[in-house]
Amino acid sequence: MLRQAAGHMRGLLARRASVAVTSTAVRMASQGHEVSETVDMSRPMYYDRADVPLPDKPYKDLLTDADKSLKQKEKGPWTQLSKEEKIALYRLMFCQTYPEMKQKTSEWKTVLGGIFIFLGFTGLVVWWQRIYVYPPLPKTFEGDSQAMQLKRMLDMRVNPVQGFAAKWDYEKGQWK
Amino acid sequence: MFFLNSIIKWSPVASRCYSHGKVETDEEFDARWVTYFSKPDIDGWELRKGMNTLIGYDLVPEPKVLDSALRACRRLNDLASAIRILEAVKDKAGPHKDIYPYLIQELQPTLAELGISTPEELGIDKL
Repeated sequence: MLRQAAGHMRGLLARRASVAVTSTAVRMASQGHEVSETVDMSRPMYYDRADVPLPDKPYKDLLTDADKSLKQKEKGPWTQLSKEEKIALYRLMFCQTYPEMKQKTSEWKTVLGGIFIFLGFTGLVVWWQRIYVYPPLPKTFEGDSQAMQLKRMLDMRVNPVQGFAAKWDYEKGQWK
Repeated sequence: MFFLNSIIKWSPVASRCYSHGKVETDEEFDARWVTYFSKPDIDGWELRKGMNTLIGYDLVPEPKVLDSALRACRRLNDLASAIRILEAVKDKAGPHKDIYPYLIQELQPTLAELGISTPEELGIDKL
């Protein structure tokens, strides 16, 4: 089992929510060398989600002395806080504002590009198959053979009511 | 779980889809939420749970509910959450751009009293 290093362990990306990395302590494996950071999902996590405005924990856990004194000031009247202090308090609690969260990404370009790349690759594969894998066409595909098949179908009166032979004028020997 | 009777409505309606049983009126819904946030010793978890649940509904909360929530933030000494709540309801209004100015207008006395700046005043409504 992995053991936690001293202090909090806050993780990185969880699904599509970006989780704040405040203080990261690297997990030590039992051999004592460092392994990559993992998220402890059994603890409250921070997330920026438009549909869940207040996450389980604040963004910044470890506060500097300046932050702590600001937090003390927050206990008094908020009218005494300057704009910068209010913004600082917001940023302590939250990573991204709503507009930042809802920024459009260029992910669609990646998706569309990937689709085209794979379609193109598939096209190349099919082309190669056409040349190197498929056997030659049977002789019945040639022009003379096709004409003979056509004549046979007309002689057999294939679909004489509404389909194939119905379109052939038997008296004049041509298509209607 | 909760379905909205009409498509665009200011007051929320919470109703279940059974033909019998009492349907909660808008006023009852609002009153219930105002009472929830008015709890004098409300704790951080209850505030978060309440707000997250409220934002999960298909409605924009009434000013009086938000007033109660903002006062709860004051009791918890949490200005950041108060600003976040304002951002969240603006987002909830979606394409209906006239709802948020109305809410701010209705909440102006409370915002002034408690000293809560709107995201616009702080400049964090822009990227």
